[in-house]
Amino acid sequence: MRAAVSTALLMLLWQMPAGAAAVRDASGRTISVDDPSRIVSIGGAVTEILYALGRSDRLVAVDTTSLFPPEALKSKPNVGYFRQLSPEGVIGLAPSVILAVEGSGPKEAVAVLRSASIPLVSIPDKFDGEGIVEKIKMIAKAIDADREGECLSRLVTNDLSALASLRSGIKAPVRVLFILSFMNGRPMVAGRGTAADGLIRMAGAVNAFDNFEGYKIVNDEAVLAAAPDAVIGMKRAGLDLDASSVFAHAAFRETPAAKKGRFFAMDGLYMLGFGPRTARAARDLSRSLYPEITFAELPSEARKDAGKPCRN
Amino acid sequence: MQELSANKSLRPTGWLVIGLLTLLLAGVAAMSTMIGAAGIPLQRLFAAVTGGGGDAAHLARDQLVLWSIRLPRIAVAIGVGTLLAMAGAIMQGMFRNPLADPSLVGVSSGAGFASAATIVVGDRLLAGTAGQMPFELLPAAAFFGALAATVALHRIATHDGRTSIAIFLLGGLAIAALANAGIGLLVFVADDRQLRDITFWLLGSLAGATWPKAWALLPFVVASIVVIPRIARGLDLLVLGEAEAFHAGISVQRLKIIAIVLVSAATGAAVAVSGVIGFVGIVVPHLIRLLIGPAHRILLPASMLLGAALMLCADTAARILAAPAEVPIGIITAAIGAPFFLALLLRQRSVATL
Repeated sequence: MRAAVSTALLMLLWQMPAGAAAVRDASGRTISVDDPSRIVSIGGAVTEILYALGRSDRLVAVDTTSLFPPEALKSKPNVGYFRQLSPEGVIGLAPSVILAVEGSGPKEAVAVLRSASIPLVSIPDKFDGEGIVEKIKMIAKAIDADREGECLSRLVTNDLSALASLRSGIKAPVRVLFILSFMNGRPMVAGRGTAADGLIRMAGAVNAFDNFEGYKIVNDEAVLAAAPDAVIGMKRAGLDLDASSVFAHAAFRETPAAKKGRFFAMDGLYMLGFGPRTARAARDLSRSLYPEITFAELPSEARKDAGKPCRN
Repeated sequence: MQELSANKSLRPTGWLVIGLLTLLLAGVAAMSTMIGAAGIPLQRLFAAVTGGGGDAAHLARDQLVLWSIRLPRIAVAIGVGTLLAMAGAIMQGMFRNPLADPSLVGVSSGAGFASAATIVVGDRLLAGTAGQMPFELLPAAAFFGALAATVALHRIATHDGRTSIAIFLLGGLAIAALANAGIGLLVFVADDRQLRDITFWLLGSLAGATWPKAWALLPFVVASIVVIPRIARGLDLLVLGEAEAFHAGISVQRLKIIAIVLVSAATGAAVAVSGVIGFVGIVVPHLIRLLIGPAHRILLPASMLLGAALMLCADTAARILAAPAEVPIGIITAAIGAPFFLALLLRQRSVATL
């Protein structure tokens, strides 16, 4: 029986057209995509980039983290949370290509999807400017949208360099603490190598907790010792952190941030997605962190057709 | 069926129940093969099973869905349901406690700790190398964790060749507490990715079912089927008390060792393959007792069959309820099991004593 399956798969490989796009994905595999007409997009930034490339009409499904643009989840089937995919659910949508952000899972589900005759491209998720451009280029190449991809990369690159020159005006970087959530009243904060850490750097600030990797629950004294000048958190439906609730905690009461009352909440995907809007998110954060400095508009905002898919 | 006791064969009602449950399981398995998020019409399904006919355009995809996703998942669900229900039934008989469950005496926690340790430490050992953790490592670790917990338990509870049920239970609670402390420590030192692996695993799911996992469960199921007839009468007599069972000619000590090893092996194997899925080990044996009474000779095989059917129903529901997304199976096992169980309880309340 297995022999029959592998024979069938081999037959399919045999029929691969010569004009297929091949990308080397985040897993190090070289993936050939010969038909980008039915895309399953897994990961908020991936979906956002597909819309920005003007390819939303080819999207057959998205995941629950695809919160932008809002019509994505309204108009497309939802394959669930990107870490809890159902292999049969995804295959049942008859996709011709699956674009899944790195970290999609569970591992076994991804392994089954990889064994299917459907190309699965694992999209790298690195938390800096180059990472965004790399994401855009890989997605554009995989779905045969090179021209749109070049246009979008250029927009993002221009935004990033404009942001870099804005950053150079910052004389005294502030220390920022990012709260992911409170677990039993203890803050879970972002350390090195996280999306939040990347955004804080992009905004010309310093992560108050850069002495560990990933997200960790820290104790009250550590928060005091980190002495953040500002605290940022995520806007969540019904779970909003706000200045008064955060600074009421003993850990935060004596920090410079509490004394200045500087708590900022931002939309999670906008802030942490590392997609086309991230430069703007970093600039918005800079504006909050450095009210005394003027941060100009970025090139992408000045476009007459801002927000429209990229074509040139 | 082995014929070891005076009360030789099953009564007709016993055979009838076993037969009906076998039919139920077969029906549920057939239904589960037919439905799923990737809708395959019956005609194409038949072609995918036989590997011929039908239209070639769909054949490869249908075969992949059927042979690489649905069938291994069905096999794993049957194996896990069988083992969990049986482990619950044996423990309840052994401890004369209707609430006994492998999770109660640290067996599940031991398996959980060993698996979490493998995820965290294995990563550290592989750091810097391009090595992938061999996938057999985690189930093996879970099994040895369960076994280590059981052996430690036996050492704690056995004194002068006698096992005290009270000490056994308390020792089990202590081992569970230790193992959970260990899991807590590992969660604390784990990085994000390891944390997700650990969490996914502690929540339990059959989404990662593969043929090797199904094959890994088979020897445990076969061993259980072989051993059960040999311990059924002993477990029946144990209900009267250890001394009474001993005077009735049962080697109580040996019986207990066999039961403990069987329970820990079954739990370790099930937990290793699918993570921690609760509820089946308690609900299924109770349902069977309410239906046909407490005789282990029928109770054990019937529990295995119903456990398999229940797990399969739950997993099929998990696959299709929110298609194309997946629902956590723990929610479903509780949602299917609890109302059913309550209804039976209420019907029995006036008649029988549990």
